[in-house]
Amino acid sequence: MEMNTKEKIIEGLLFACAAICVLTTLGIVAVLVIQSVQFFSEVPLKDFLTDTQWTPLFADKHFGILPLLSGTFLTTIIAITIALPIGLTTAIYLSEYASNTFRSTVKPVLEILAAIPTVVYGYFALTVVTPFLQIIFPSLSGFNAISPGIVMGLMIVPLISSLSEDALYAVPKSLREGSYALGSTKLQTAFRVLIPAASSGIIVSVILAVSRALGETMIVAIAAGQQPRLTFDPRVPIETVTTYIVQVSGGDVPHGSLEYKTIFSAGLSLFVITLILNNISFFIKKKYREQYE
Amino acid sequence: MNNEEEKTLKNNAFKVWAVFATSIGLVMLGILLVKIGMDGMHRLSLQFFTSLPSRRAEDAGIFTAWVGTLWIMGTTALIAIPIGIGAGIYLEEYSKKGWWSNFLEINISNLAGVPSIIYGLLGLEVFVRLLHMGESILAGSFTLALLILPIVIVSTRESIKAVPKTLREASYALGASKWQTISMQVLPAASGGVMTGIILALSRAIGETAPLIVVGALTYVPFTPKSVFDSFTVLPIQIFNWVSRPQAEFLVNAAAGIIVLVVITIVMNGSAVLLRNRWQKNVKW
Amino acid sequence: MAEKCEVVSQTGMEIAIIEKKMETRIEKQHRIIGAEFMPDENLSTKGNVMNKIETKNVQCWYGDFHVLRDVSISVEPNTVTALIGPSGCGKSTYLRVFNRMNDLIDGFKLEGDVLIDGKDIYDKNIRVNELRKNVGMVFQKPNPFPKSIFENVAYGLRVNGVTDKKLIADTVERSLKQAAVWNEVKDNLHKNALGLSGGQQQRLCIARAIAVQPSVILMDEATSALDPISTGKIEDLIADLKKDYTILIVTHNMQQALRVSDKTAFFFLGDMIEYNDTKEIFNNPQHEHTRNYVGGRFG
Repeated sequence: MEMNTKEKIIEGLLFACAAICVLTTLGIVAVLVIQSVQFFSEVPLKDFLTDTQWTPLFADKHFGILPLLSGTFLTTIIAITIALPIGLTTAIYLSEYASNTFRSTVKPVLEILAAIPTVVYGYFALTVVTPFLQIIFPSLSGFNAISPGIVMGLMIVPLISSLSEDALYAVPKSLREGSYALGSTKLQTAFRVLIPAASSGIIVSVILAVSRALGETMIVAIAAGQQPRLTFDPRVPIETVTTYIVQVSGGDVPHGSLEYKTIFSAGLSLFVITLILNNISFFIKKKYREQYE
Repeated sequence: MNNEEEKTLKNNAFKVWAVFATSIGLVMLGILLVKIGMDGMHRLSLQFFTSLPSRRAEDAGIFTAWVGTLWIMGTTALIAIPIGIGAGIYLEEYSKKGWWSNFLEINISNLAGVPSIIYGLLGLEVFVRLLHMGESILAGSFTLALLILPIVIVSTRESIKAVPKTLREASYALGASKWQTISMQVLPAASGGVMTGIILALSRAIGETAPLIVVGALTYVPFTPKSVFDSFTVLPIQIFNWVSRPQAEFLVNAAAGIIVLVVITIVMNGSAVLLRNRWQKNVKW
Repeated sequence: MAEKCEVVSQTGMEIAIIEKKMETRIEKQHRIIGAEFMPDENLSTKGNVMNKIETKNVQCWYGDFHVLRDVSISVEPNTVTALIGPSGCGKSTYLRVFNRMNDLIDGFKLEGDVLIDGKDIYDKNIRVNELRKNVGMVFQKPNPFPKSIFENVAYGLRVNGVTDKKLIADTVERSLKQAAVWNEVKDNLHKNALGLSGGQQQRLCIARAIAVQPSVILMDEATSALDPISTGKIEDLIADLKKDYTILIVTHNMQQALRVSDKTAFFFLGDMIEYNDTKEIFNNPQHEHTRNYVGGRFG
């Protein structure tokens, strides 16, 4: 009897631990929605979605989210343009070409690449990549989208390469043999058989990488500037959603003011986008797992 | 050129590109290490570790920053480890298949994908304001703990999953209760993997900057914290602070701070990899 | 049984007619891709050209493990040769010697001569991809690519540089007909091949192998994962394919070896114990191990 009670209490405690995850999600949604509702009672949703300027901290206030979103998407597109070909190639090379010793040396180093704090990459973008790019393109501003975009891309390479490699690895050996037996090269086998067979896993890796790039903060906060601007020109300073939140948080904006609420409405926009992406990847992953089992 | 030659040529060309693509990240890591070494190595001295922040770059140090980092990491670990392991055990051993476990699963997968700055907004409203913790170590630690919780949970579940059923059955057969089986057999057997996950999670937390800025850590803190209710700064925020200043001397300080941060990260990740390899080698199920 | 034979001979007739119709197209195809199938003219010719396949003192290792010792066999064109023996005897390794599939395994080493059409296929001037086009393979478990039925058969042509749509479509049709699976799939050519039954998948894999016009076909226990009816269909197919190809099969099934093969080689613990006409091997084995094995005393 006593034993049973103890078991029940323990199960209850463990349940509470798991429930904290649900509470966290609820908390995030509640915080973002409550503050945003207050924000939208003062700023019409239409202005938020269509105004092309974002100047909440200026005297002439505009609350159009588009410039922040364009900055966020611009740096993300640059990052994925870099990370997808490099990450996928790395995955193919490691799973199909490289020797075991090479693979077991390179993989931990790539993991370290993904583990280095992003504030360090911000410093790298600002002090190495931007000056280097300025040699090639003298018109490049000190703050710009291209340099943090490239560095962010290299940072998320391990994310794409390791998940894609797992997906390629899960393709049955018999398909490789079938392809080689018809006289294909490794390259043909990789692109015509393995990548199509592993496509869902690769898509998941790319979606997660996009979601990571959208939410990345410190690299862009340090190297992309703080000038919300509706542009897709990678050479000029811009501002991302995340940088804006950092900018306001670091300043002296009084709690409860409209400016304070802007960070939650900006945060809500970012949260909704990443939530959609994460759920898509979750369901693809689930479907794909069932396919192989 | 016939088809065979073309095929072989393409394959070889791809190999060259692939070696380049695989090594570009490593090259960047190399350049990064050399760059921070050149910029900041000469700034590393006892004075740098024992000085408070200052308006004059050459007097400034990371004393409050690394002490703050220690406080934050200790408190975060105390919060995240028991909750994360507990939730992992619940999900793997107790929760029954059904809508609830599916819901939890989607939930955790989503939390893992929420941008860290959003956790900052949660911490700002819930811990700093609602629970009146203020801009304290406690508020920062709770925020970071929630942020790394999914990592601890997932690695706990994976390690528990790897423990063979026979071990559980052997324990039950001797009359042990469920919790006795879990705490005395399953968890010790899974400990290597759980530890690896914890180290990786803490290594993630140590470099997190954005959520702590949002909960208000980007302030001038001229003293080291005495309790979890004090305000604080941490190493990555001190670095961000220095990087953001226009004067070049502060960039030198930033580089020196980065050396410290990178060394900590590499040591933590390296030991996690070693631990994982050793655990996988020793335990052959 | 008699009924089945009739069906087969009908299918055979059908194929013969279709083949006649296609003759001109096939000739054209030979001009386009066939030329590359021939081994390099410059390679020196060793051994008896009358033999399609010949191995002389072949030895194989996986790392330190000596899997095959001193195997010498010659195979005449347009015959079926069965490789039999208990598990782990090296027969599959030996089969994979002929399309150099073993090369994909780390630590594999081969000594001795392996000749196809009198040319040493382990010569350093041989292009492995080219060799593999000439030596088709069907695997133990059906392994269609996760693509459409059509694309599966077209794959070998595409990777070998054929782009002519008409030629590809014709070859796909002809190969599927020759593999006796056309009637079952002709309305669903663009459906995913993974939706087919195991037996259909395996015949699709045979169609895929013959689409690139090999001269040798290797079958590694190609029916072991199939039900008896599908197995019967494939055995009939082997008998039918013999007139165009030289076929080597690995099988665990004694009856199958007896039914389909002209010659049989018995392997035991890495040695080739006995090689003779199939009837001789089964009715009058010379070696005690062979006698025990075909008599079902171990397996």
